[in-house]
Formats: sequence, structure tokens, C-alpha cells
Amino acid sequence: MGIRMIIRRLGGGLLVLWLVSILTFLLVHLIPGDPAEAVAGENATAADVERIRAELGLDRPVLEQYVTWFTGVLRGDLGRSLFTDKTVVDSIAGSAPPTLVITLMAIVVAVLVGVSAGIVAGLTRGSRVDRAVSALATLGIAMPSFWLAMVLVSVFSLTNPWLPATGYAELSEGFGTWLSHIVLPSTALGLATAAELARHTRGCVADVLTRPYIRTARARGASGGWLVRRHILRNAAIPVVTVLGLQAGRLLGGAIVIEAVFGISGLGTLAVNAVLQRNYPIIQGYVLLCAVVVVLLNLIVDLAYGWINPKVRTA
Amino acid sequence: MTLLSVEGLTIDLPGTQPGLVEDVTFEVNEGRCTALIGESGCGKSLTSLAVLGLLPPSVRVSAGAVVFDGVDLLTCSPRQLRKIRGGPVGMVFQEPMSSLNPSMTVGDQIAEARRLHLGEGRKVALARAKDLLDRVGIPNAARRLAAYPHEMSGGMQQRVMIAAAIACDPRLIIADEPTTALDVTIQAEILSLLRDLQRDLGLAVLLVTHDLGVVADFCDDVVVMYAGHIAERTGVDDLFYRPAHPYSAALLAAVPQAGQSRSRLTVIPGRVPTAGAFPPGCRFGPRCAHFTAPECARPQPHGRTRCGRVASGDLVLEGALHG
Ligand SMILES: Nc1ncnc2c1ncn2[C@@H]1O[C@H](COP(=O)(O)OP(=O)(O)OP(=O)(O)O)[C@@H](O)[C@H]1O
Ligand SMILES: [Mg+2]
Repeated sequence: MGIRMIIRRLGGGLLVLWLVSILTFLLVHLIPGDPAEAVAGENATAADVERIRAELGLDRPVLEQYVTWFTGVLRGDLGRSLFTDKTVVDSIAGSAPPTLVITLMAIVVAVLVGVSAGIVAGLTRGSRVDRAVSALATLGIAMPSFWLAMVLVSVFSLTNPWLPATGYAELSEGFGTWLSHIVLPSTALGLATAAELARHTRGCVADVLTRPYIRTARARGASGGWLVRRHILRNAAIPVVTVLGLQAGRLLGGAIVIEAVFGISGLGTLAVNAVLQRNYPIIQGYVLLCAVVVVLLNLIVDLAYGWINPKVRTA
Repeated sequence: MTLLSVEGLTIDLPGTQPGLVEDVTFEVNEGRCTALIGESGCGKSLTSLAVLGLLPPSVRVSAGAVVFDGVDLLTCSPRQLRKIRGGPVGMVFQEPMSSLNPSMTVGDQIAEARRLHLGEGRKVALARAKDLLDRVGIPNAARRLAAYPHEMSGGMQQRVMIAAAIACDPRLIIADEPTTALDVTIQAEILSLLRDLQRDLGLAVLLVTHDLGVVADFCDDVVVMYAGHIAERTGVDDLFYRPAHPYSAALLAAVPQAGQSRSRLTVIPGRVPTAGAFPPGCRFGPRCAHFTAPECARPQPHGRTRCGRVASGDLVLEGALHG
């Protein structure tokens, strides 16, 4: 993939982010209820509310508000939380690590479990292993992640006290402790994606196996691991990578539910509380962060796609 | 000297058509070219795939032997078979575009057989691949090594396929309609390349083709297939002067003469029966101008011709050429 292509993709990503910023900004104004009233509290007078509204700049024209907010965003200033003195950036930076770690580990789980199961199933299509993988994948897709989380907790924390049932540990508390706290949440979050990936990978591998170039490779004497590595996997990976990109965005959203089940205070908790309190600067920051992550993931997927698929690289 | 002999090869399509290819017997001699001809759906591809054990999983060889250089490829160990694939036997397929791996450079695809069979490292094998690209007439070979198949024309892709097939100095090339998917002008180039290689390297060739002109120019022996049976086995001169099966005669008659428009092999009335609907007795019977009950409805002899009437001298056929 040429530099031109990368620049084009980057430009596209920035455009998406800018559109998201507009939507995010407008969204807050569409939420029912008046933020100024929420900040002022129940016993405030009309004059208090007006004063707060002016302080927040909510009495000025919407366009002007947007420009003020957006120039701040460009400088990395997302404003302050309405109820504490913390900046939005600090609040988000404080809550993001557990969520990002769990999401990333969920992607790792999904890829390790899903792709390998899919490869084995696709290579042995019609076998008992294949049928088992397909059945489990259907189950995995159908099961809601919170339910899966509760099952995992009851098996691995309550019945057998192997892993902690709730909470999050910093890496500074020791690698083992850290890992033991993220295994269950990441697994609960990642298994549905693993199931989706397994199904997809199986289909792609099985499809590649029917291609004439596989027959050509076998006619050349290729077989076993050589055939799988050099001829099957690379071609099957092309569509799988696309699906992974779509799923990764979904995982970030799914992390909110998982945080709630495991009592981890991460981005999800922050966002839910912000919505309940109409703490709109935090909501805006959260939505923007999610948009940035999703755009970045898609960019990475595009690059990986171009690296795997020579037809894209030269296009 | 016989290099490849196929003996009584029978391929079933389980549940639909036993004897999809039935009792097929022929030989390919060292350094010579044997043509496998017949209309679409006659079992030419299945027969040629069966030689190297590359049949699709839906069909199954139920009887016969495929002896290459003294080894029965149908019963030898998978390891032995892998050594023969891409080693002493190379294969060229019909659709170069879909038969080349789209995400592997042509250099790596040509080098692959050398790495697998001769244990060469990638660098050494690629250097050899460059020579092979030169040999099959691809200009700028060194640069082309890093190209992907989609960056090449169909004719170039087929040259790459041929280069990969001859990478390990094979003794036999099996080419399944190597030119059918190409433009007419390119077809001639690819065929003359194959002919040069055959002469220079002393290759034996099993050439599946639709084109009787190619058979006349290129081949020594001819196997005519119809609906999974061998209609006749003969030498190229005998085919044109003295066909021994009504199907061969009909194929010859269907070749457009000079001045007529080109209309392929479609002038024989009717079509090849589909799998599961083969008639009893002579499979060509329902389309045969010389069909005579009850002889033709009975199983036909196995030999040089599968027509009982010709074998008994009851029927004498016209050749396309006289002399
Ligand atoms: N994978 C398969 N499964 C079922 N039937 C098949 C399969 N491959 C081929 N057949 C059937 O076997 C018969 C012979 O097919 P084959 O491909 O050998 O014909 P062919 O002589 O090579 O024709 P063409 O000139 O079109 O390549 C056809 O009737 C076809 O429908
Ligand atoms: Mg064919």
C-alpha cells in the first residue's frame, strides 16, 4: 500500500472524527433536561440557574459554543467536569486503563481462541471437531456477555476460588495479581467475538480449500503445514481481518457491561454516571475517545489488509 | 518406452453415477505427446487429476491403477506421491488466473517446487526461478519474480504456470486445456512454447484439449473420451485417416473446414449425457448416426475401440483425410 493510500485513509479518518465531534456536541443539546439546572441543584433560584448558564456559556449561540469547544478539543482541552474540579482529560485518563486493558485482552482472547478454532474446523470440515466448534460458536454468539460473565464467576471464583470475582489491580501490584483480575472479564467479553471469528475463519478456510490454486500447490508437492501456512492462511486471513476490525469497536462498547458485572470502575462507570448526572463535558469526552479508538482500529485494519492482500497494495 | 500407464481407471460419483469415468486405459510414452480429447463433460479433467491423486473429495477412484515409472500412484504412500507431484510430474491447469495463488509472488510459486523437492533455500530457488521465467519467454524476468499473478496478463500467467511445472526437470507434464481460457493469438504462443519445451527437455506430455488442430500438430497418440469411456485409442494418423469409433468420426466431421465459420465441436446433435444419466450399452448410442439395436444397447468391447460394430468389421468409418 502506497503512502498516498495511507494519507487518504488518514484523511478519511479525520473527517469522520470531525463529524463525530459535531454530532457529539449536538447530542448533548438534545438530551432532555437542562444542564444548568442540574448543576445548580434542586433548591436554586431562577437567577442562580441563569448565572450558571452564563458561566457555562450555554446562553451563547450554538455555533459559537461549538467553535469554543472545538478549538479547546484541538488543543487537548475537553473542558471540566460540571461537579468536580477535575478536567475531562484527567477523569478519562484516570478511568481508561482498566477498560482499555480489558478490551485489548478480549481481542487477544478472541483472536487466539476464535481464529485457531476456526482454522482447525475449516481444515477438517465435516469432522467431529468441526461440528463441535460450530455448535460452540453458535452458543457463544447467542449468549449475552453478562450471563457468560456470571457463569465464569460462579465456576472460577465462587465454586473454585481460583480467580478474584471482582475488582481491578494495577500492574504495579504485581503481574500475577494484575493478570488474575483481568482473565475473567476479558474472557467474558472476548468469547462472543471469538465465536464470531471462529465461524468466519472456518468459512474462509473452507472456501480457500476449494480454490484451484490449492490444487495447483498440491500438484507441486505442497502439503501439511507448508500448504496451510503458505497457501491457505494468508488467503483466508483477508476477510477475517475485516471482521476483526468491526468486532473491535463493538468490544469497547461491550466493556461497559462487563465492568458493571465485575465491579470495575472504568470508562463505562464514568460514562454511565455522567449520563445520569447530565455531566455533558464527560459524555462528550467519552464519545470522542470511543470514536478515536474505533477510527484508529479501522486504520490499523486497513493497513493490515493492504499488507496481506497484494491486490490492495498495488491499487 | 511407457512412462505412464493408466489401467482400468474407474471413478465413481457416489450416490449418483458409478463409473463416472469407467475402465479407462491408456499410455503415455517417454518423450511423446498423448492427447486426451472429447467434448466438455467427458471426464478428461477427472482422468488427468486422478493421475496425481488430485480429485475433488466428492468423487472416488474405485478401481484401476496409475503406474508411473513402475510405481502405482493410486496405492503408493502419500509421501511417495508427494515426491512425484511437482517432481518428475508437473501439471498445468486451464485457468491460470484462479490456479495461481493470488497472494504469493510468481517467483515464490515457481521456486516452491524446488524448495519442496530439492531442499533449496529461498534465494537459490528464486535464482533458478528467474532462469525458468527466461526459459518460458517472460521479458524482464528478474523484476517479474516479485510480481503477483493479478499484475500479469493471462498468457503471462500461463507461462508462469508452465515455468512452475518444469521447475524440477520433470519427465511428464500433464496439461489440462492449457490454452482454452486464453485469446486465440496467445493460444498459439503457449502451444509452441509447450512444444519447444517438450522437444528440448525430452518431456512426455499428456495434453487435454478440445482442438483437433493441436492434436494434428503436436501429438503422437490420441485417446478419445466420451461420457467417461474411452471411445478409441489410436495414433494421430489413424485418427484422421481411419477413425475407429463413430464418435471420433463425428468429432472430425465437426471440425470447421477452411472457409466455413468456426463453430467448435458442437455440430454433433444432442449433448453429452450428464452424470447419473448415462445410457446402458454404448454411451454414445443415443447420438450415434450408426446406432443399431440390439448390438449397441449391449456392453461394448474394451480394446482399441469401444464400438462393437467397428470391431467386428460390420461398420467402416470415413476419415477426415484420405490416402
Ligand atoms: N467435483 C465433482 N463433483 C461431481 N461431479 C463432477 C465433479 N467434477 C466433475 N464432475 C462430473 O464429471 C464429469 C466429467 O467432468 P470433467 O471435468 O472431467 O469433464 P471434462 O472432460 O474435463 O470437461 P471440460 O472440457 O468441460 O473440462 C462431468 O459430468 C461433471 O459433471
Ligand atoms: Mg476439463
